Amino acid sequence: MENLTLLIEGFSNALTPQNLLFALIGVLLGTAVGVLPGIGPAMTVALLLPLTYALDVTGSLIMFAGIYYGGMYGGSTTSILLNTPGESSSVVTALEGNKMAKAGRGAQALATAAIGSFVAGTLATGALVLVAPFIVAIAIGLGAPSYFALMVFAFVAVSAVLGSSRIRGLASLFIGLTIGLVGQDLTTGQPRLMFGQPLLSGGIDVVVIAVALFAVGEALWIAAHLRHGVPPTIPVGVPWMGKEDWKRSWKPWLRGTVIGFPFGAIPAGGAEIPTFLSYVTEKRLSKHPEQFGHGAIEGVAGPEAANNASAAGTLVPLLTLGLPTTATAAVMIAAFNQYNIHPGPLLFQTEPVLVWTLIASLFIGNTLLLALNLPLAPLWAKLLRIPRPYLYAGILFFATLGAYAAGMQTFNIGILLVLGALGYMARRFGFPVLPIIVGAILGPEMERQLRRALQISAGDPAALLSEPVAVVAYTVIVLFLVVPPVIKAVRRRFGRGGPTGGLQAGGDSDGYSEDTESTVEFDAFGTQTSDGSARVIRVVRPQTERRGK
Amino acid sequence: MPITARTMRTRRTAGTVVLAGVVALALSACGVTSATNTEATDNGPIDSLQVMIPNAPGSGYDVTGRAAVKVMDDLGLATGTEVTNLAGAGGTVGLARTLTETGNANFLLMMGLGVVGAAYTNEGDAKVADATPIAGLIEEAGAIFVAADSPYRTMDDLVTAWKADTANFAVGGGSSPGGPDHLLPMQLADAVGIDPTTVNYVAYDGGGELLPAILGGKLAFGASGYGEFLEQVKSGDLRVLAVTSEERVPVIDAPTLTEENIDLVFTNWRGLLAAPGLTDAEIARLVDAVTAMHGSPEWKQVLEDNSWTDAFITGDDFSTFLSEQDARVADVLKTLGLV
Repeated sequence: MENLTLLIEGFSNALTPQNLLFALIGVLLGTAVGVLPGIGPAMTVALLLPLTYALDVTGSLIMFAGIYYGGMYGGSTTSILLNTPGESSSVVTALEGNKMAKAGRGAQALATAAIGSFVAGTLATGALVLVAPFIVAIAIGLGAPSYFALMVFAFVAVSAVLGSSRIRGLASLFIGLTIGLVGQDLTTGQPRLMFGQPLLSGGIDVVVIAVALFAVGEALWIAAHLRHGVPPTIPVGVPWMGKEDWKRSWKPWLRGTVIGFPFGAIPAGGAEIPTFLSYVTEKRLSKHPEQFGHGAIEGVAGPEAANNASAAGTLVPLLTLGLPTTATAAVMIAAFNQYNIHPGPLLFQTEPVLVWTLIASLFIGNTLLLALNLPLAPLWAKLLRIPRPYLYAGILFFATLGAYAAGMQTFNIGILLVLGALGYMARRFGFPVLPIIVGAILGPEMERQLRRALQISAGDPAALLSEPVAVVAYTVIVLFLVVPPVIKAVRRRFGRGGPTGGLQAGGDSDGYSEDTESTVEFDAFGTQTSDGSARVIRVVRPQTERRGK
Repeated sequence: MPITARTMRTRRTAGTVVLAGVVALALSACGVTSATNTEATDNGPIDSLQVMIPNAPGSGYDVTGRAAVKVMDDLGLATGTEVTNLAGAGGTVGLARTLTETGNANFLLMMGLGVVGAAYTNEGDAKVADATPIAGLIEEAGAIFVAADSPYRTMDDLVTAWKADTANFAVGGGSSPGGPDHLLPMQLADAVGIDPTTVNYVAYDGGGELLPAILGGKLAFGASGYGEFLEQVKSGDLRVLAVTSEERVPVIDAPTLTEENIDLVFTNWRGLLAAPGLTDAEIARLVDAVTAMHGSPEWKQVLEDNSWTDAFITGDDFSTFLSEQDARVADVLKTLGLV
């Protein structure tokens, strides 16, 4: 109750016409900069921070909240429309979002992302108010063994996105793990797969990997097939979310929030893993799993909610411990220092007015973001009416710009092209792309946590089970691996098809259902191009073989 | 919006050309007018000063570099300043880039002890000695942090336990090998008679990852800059067993290592380098600008806000200091077999 009173006080501080204007400017600037690929929220905030220097503390916090959420949201727009994720947390959004956009449902994808971000941001900010101290107590108890267990969990979940050909999926995963190995080993300083190139020592930026595989790979693929005729311009469908879209979105929004918030709140959580886990969850729970890979709205709604919930989650350790868990949070601490305010365990006591004003500003920023972006969604979606050759030229331009901006290095553009060629080959030979990215994200983190756990225990593997969270995670993994086959066996006995069997034509007006009926297509992000503008290499395998697995 | 307009004029701090464009666009839409600040030094303001941060936004170098740029901007010592983050290889990538800017008199690199160490551990060609020393700005002593409920109350307790079971004694720091948080425990081990090669050092990716590991009691102790976890020390969540400066620091109630009979003084520092191949006049101009920045009350406020210790040196003194640091780091890393 006391918290609520303080929060209302925070709102009364934040809700002045002048402050609302600052919030609006913040949201606009944040979105504008966040839209550029390769420039994540941390960079956005750092760049725009000087703009807030001249304001008073409240005004600057409010503008800051706007910039923060605006930057988070901006990244998903390019992800959906151009297949060029602006930051690692919106990589997953590109998977279904871009497919939706190409099927003429860009406006719906943007709308579900905007509303999902709003719902998740609001709920998670609310959670921040209510449970911050409680969550922090748990978060501190998590050590390397727990993190490792969570990574193993995420890794097991990868199996859901390997596609219909396990061997191709695994090959993709290992390519990703190999890319993740590049760089200097954090523990020993040993260079790995660097080929004497110091620019590789920090590893390859996940955004560069994703943009290369998604955008460049696809542009090359389209270019390679232009001789079959110029592909038709992407249709632009109805501008608003239909009843069905709402029905299919609201649960993923809530689930995404539940997945994203705790990951944001734990020190080594981040936004990549929860967005990915949310995607996998939605795919498993969806009534239309066959649409995944062709623009399932759940696959946008869930990850976008998870992304924003995680962003709000990072404020938990920041405000209660003074602990920056992301680069963005570190920049925020620098911003606080500007006003001689030092986030730490005592911040809620020493600066209650300020903290609650900030929290109120987050609510305001979030609302403005929705008010701004929802009407814009149909306008943005019209961007795709540009004829394909020009559209892809634009995408390549953005991709290159993003890769360069990610490290200010011409070298990155070389990496982009090499990985783009890899992305093309993956499409050409039917290797799914998502496992490559998941491998590159999860691999290094998992290795680091495993080594840290073993290093602290001086090599005793029993330490991996020394924390309760780790034990719970491993138990869930075992259930995850054991229960589905049992259910399948039971179902088979009663004569029903397994969950992956029997592809059905999608209920959505995506307009490519004949393709999926005639062949077993790669489940996720393999060869299939959703609009049928290019011929697809398919490996036809009898359905029975799949069921045998 | 007069306030915003004013901000725009003084700080076109942009990480990329693109961004400068976007920000400028966005702001010109807000009705920005352009005006010039004319509080110049003898040489006039440094136009289009580029400052490179060899690390991610939010890192120590970033905070220091951006603070310095802001003060220089506010004082009119530099105009059209552009800050670029170029992270990689513990700062070596930024250093290498600086070395390619030969003759560029409007270019500064923010760097520090970590870059000196990283230049060795990365086996790159870029060496700190190849750049032009401008000024040392600040220093920050290290500290030995333990969780509030740690069994160790004094350095004596800690060292005894460390010696008894070195292999199981996990020591954490927020930097990779060659960085300050790594060099500190290694030198400490050496000073108390533990073979540094046997130290079980767990590298964390910055203070943000290190803090929960110390708080959660996963580590025997954590080594980092004393200002890194000031708030947690104030709240009683962390204890500091010792600071590594020559004299006690005002904000933390903890003895120095020397008081605890350990013969070690260790300070991390940060400073500015310029590109190679500058004329004496060009060097003097940069040094003058930085000196004027250092002399301002604004900079004093920055030092105070961030609990940094002033350690301003320029010219030959800074060159000598750099080569001393270089030799010392090389020495430690050789002992560890890392070079």
